[in-house]
Amino acid sequence: MLALLDVLLALSLVVLAWGAMADPDLFRAVVKLITLGMVMALVWVRLQATDVALAEAAVGSGLTGALLLSSLRRMRGREAERDGARKGQGG
Amino acid sequence: MRRHISSVVAFVVFAVLAWGVTAEWTEPGGLVSEARASLDRAGARNPVTAVLLSYRGYDTLLEVGVLLLAIASVWSLRRVPSTEPHGAERPLLGALLELILPLVVVAGGYLLWIGSDLPGGAFQGGALIAGGLVLARLRGAYEPRDGVWLRLGLVAGLLVFVGVAAGTLAAGGRLLEYPEGRASSLILLIEGAAVVSIALTLGAMYLGGRPDRGSDEP
Repeated sequence: MLALLDVLLALSLVVLAWGAMADPDLFRAVVKLITLGMVMALVWVRLQATDVALAEAAVGSGLTGALLLSSLRRMRGREAERDGARKGQGG
Repeated sequence: MRRHISSVVAFVVFAVLAWGVTAEWTEPGGLVSEARASLDRAGARNPVTAVLLSYRGYDTLLEVGVLLLAIASVWSLRRVPSTEPHGAERPLLGALLELILPLVVVAGGYLLWIGSDLPGGAFQGGALIAGGLVLARLRGAYEPRDGVWLRLGLVAGLLVFVGVAAGTLAAGGRLLEYPEGRASSLILLIEGAAVVSIALTLGAMYLGGRPDRGSDEP
């Protein structure tokens, strides 16, 4: 029974990692990265490294996700500024 | 194309590591039994905490120093002027925060306390409270200000750790050689200061730069 859970967790890791890297929509990629962090925390628990699991959930998933989303927002803001400036110059 | 090459490389590295783990390149052994036997004298029943703060306390001291370096590096990137709190746009977040923030603080303190016996410890508790600080910042309820208190909190972990280390040297022992019977209280002291530092460091790092000073800046 737990073997099935382990297989599912391992498969989820691979799928989420691939998705986080390959998704052209950056927001979806970041969401997949956050989910990857949470699944990774479960994997740590299954490997009986609970301290690492706590740290992974808090830092690897939570804080890194928040930082990435914040960077994404600033990136979009810069892009919008640049596009607006370019349109102003062209027009 | 580049992405495909890098993913193939990553998969090859993963396959090699997986083969190494299953083929048992790494042999269990070393000092595991001795480490587990001396847990009472180390001052913590959780073997992870014992290794982090007792057996390899010096490494953790350097780690706390690295955290300080990290926030200094982030602060050197740019100044972040303080923004008007825009929490009015997120009423649900405010309601959530009223419920969650006290629980986060209690949970973080619990993780710190229970870390000596069960999984937990300073890093975990500090990271949890940092998450709470990030949420509060999103609501506009927490605006870090570059002042005496923030800087004191940021360096508190390293200061206390170095102070304890200097104390052990001054008491005639070797570096971070805790005196008999005092190990667990010293560990708790170090971890308590570290929680404050870690929470403030990670919470301030979310800002992405150096915040404004307090009220003394025009």
